[in-house]
Amino acid sequence: MGIHIAVCIKRTPSSTSVAIDESGQIQTAGLPHGINPFDEYAIEEALRIKEKLEGSKVTIISAGAPESEDVVKAALALGADEGVVVTDPAFDGSDTMVTSLILSKTVEKLGDVKLILFGKQTNDGESGHMTALVGARLGRPSISAVRKVTDIDADSITVQRLMDDGADTLKLNLPAVVGVTKEINEPRLPSLKGKMRAKKAAIPKWGAGDIGVDAAVVGKDASPTGVVKMEPVPARTAGTAITGETPEELAKNLVEKLKETKFI
Amino acid sequence: MAYEGKGVWCVGEVRHGDLSPSLFELITAGRIIADARSETLTAVLIGKGVAAKADEVAARGADKILVLEHDALDQLVDEAHTGALTAAAGTEKPRTLLFSASVYGRSVAPRVAVALGGAVASDASALTVTDGKLTLERSAFGSAVISTVAVNAADGPEVVTTAPMAFERSGTSETKAEVTQAAVDPASWTQNTEFVSFSADESKEIDLGGAEKIVSGGRGLGNADNFSLIRDLAKSLGAAVGASRAVVDSGWIPYKHQVGLTGRQVRPRLYVACGISGQIQHLAGMKSSDVIVAINTDADCPMMKLATYSVKGDLTQIIPAIVSEIDKVRGSSNGS
Repeated sequence: MGIHIAVCIKRTPSSTSVAIDESGQIQTAGLPHGINPFDEYAIEEALRIKEKLEGSKVTIISAGAPESEDVVKAALALGADEGVVVTDPAFDGSDTMVTSLILSKTVEKLGDVKLILFGKQTNDGESGHMTALVGARLGRPSISAVRKVTDIDADSITVQRLMDDGADTLKLNLPAVVGVTKEINEPRLPSLKGKMRAKKAAIPKWGAGDIGVDAAVVGKDASPTGVVKMEPVPARTAGTAITGETPEELAKNLVEKLKETKFI
Repeated sequence: MAYEGKGVWCVGEVRHGDLSPSLFELITAGRIIADARSETLTAVLIGKGVAAKADEVAARGADKILVLEHDALDQLVDEAHTGALTAAAGTEKPRTLLFSASVYGRSVAPRVAVALGGAVASDASALTVTDGKLTLERSAFGSAVISTVAVNAADGPEVVTTAPMAFERSGTSETKAEVTQAAVDPASWTQNTEFVSFSADESKEIDLGGAEKIVSGGRGLGNADNFSLIRDLAKSLGAAVGASRAVVDSGWIPYKHQVGLTGRQVRPRLYVACGISGQIQHLAGMKSSDVIVAINTDADCPMMKLATYSVKGDLTQIIPAIVSEIDKVRGSSNGS
């Protein structure tokens, strides 16, 4: 029996060579954007589950700028069935806590979603919190750092979670929210047929009203945290080149430095 | 109704009987907040049999220790740990909860923040309290940017994770923290997760996240067999073993050793990069290390350019020479 899977993806800058303007805000306009690389593993895992559980459906959710349509289409080209862009000027400046409200309301509006997948983190904000936030918002179990789905049926999913000292195996009743690592799979490339289908697909855009969220509880002012400023990380200054004519001399001179700095 | 909390909680992580030293980093971070607001700092121990860990924590700078002890908390079941912490925090009303930004922290901290209607921020590498208001610094965009984030939790506590190794571990204090127990009742939470099993890592290697020293290997090693050189040097230095994405993707070493944007972000005191040219994704994961040593045949690669100490040469010759030099140095210092 098939299940409805939602994959939450984000459109992010493909490069981290971002500029910061005089007001301390990051400027990403004009940079190439794409699917947050970590999300590609979540999309792939959804497609694999769909292939395993016949009759399943994969819906892509992307909250952000209207241009997020591009990444939803890219996911459709890979084989996702449907997609939606959740966008509203009222959402601007939402922090992770408020974004999790927007995503969970979107999942609720889809109605019959049994499994919600996320990538490990985004390559811009990098919090890695969205899996647990959305799980808590929905009042459903969540699990992060998943490196393997060992079993899934219409009622439960069993997964392996990578921990510092080994791997935990846990079984979660569906609906559940799962965050995956890159170890979980090898994402496929889009097919020509998929690209053609994605190009023609109409992607609905949902605003605050569509997902039943009051504009007063989203956006910058409603967010309990906010970015005050951003600064480029100062570059490390060049250090000392260790000299020596032979490997032994180089080793001796390096170890001397490591002794001075108390590492040996 | 506005939330009126007081005090800082530092939530410790106990895995299979071992207390993570990250708790002592949280205590250092927590002291900044507690001292600025003249509040108390509580170390929280949560799990099964964790009361036995109170002695390890008592004289490390916390004012109090709160123990949340229950069989249901033996393993990390996210809903259970969230439920127990939420119930205790609902009673005690701390203003701030600190977690390490480990898998544990990323799993539990956001759930606790939602349950208590608070704010959540991640990966703090610095904390400041000004006029009672908390701000933190965190890196973003692949460590290209430092963001300053203001936390304004009106309806619940501030929940913050700190970047591993960003704060020094607290030293021993003269005063001993008083220990209290909090009630834990599994009936107070809904649980839709069943713990099945744990498979321990056989290798018993030092974990990257909390490592003081890391030796990493990359493509420059030439082949998978040469990775043994990295293990030799790591053993000699007492370091954890890291790797670049390229060699993980080539199957020379498992993913859990990968340092970089798509692997682990680390901040050791010493990072030795062997045959790693320094692609931006790798640098994003390690460039906050205190001292970086680069060993490479290409003196112009990015890693050699930013290293504290750069050594130009052939890894297969230089690494064995370093290992034997360390043996020699240790031998002579032991003898004297």
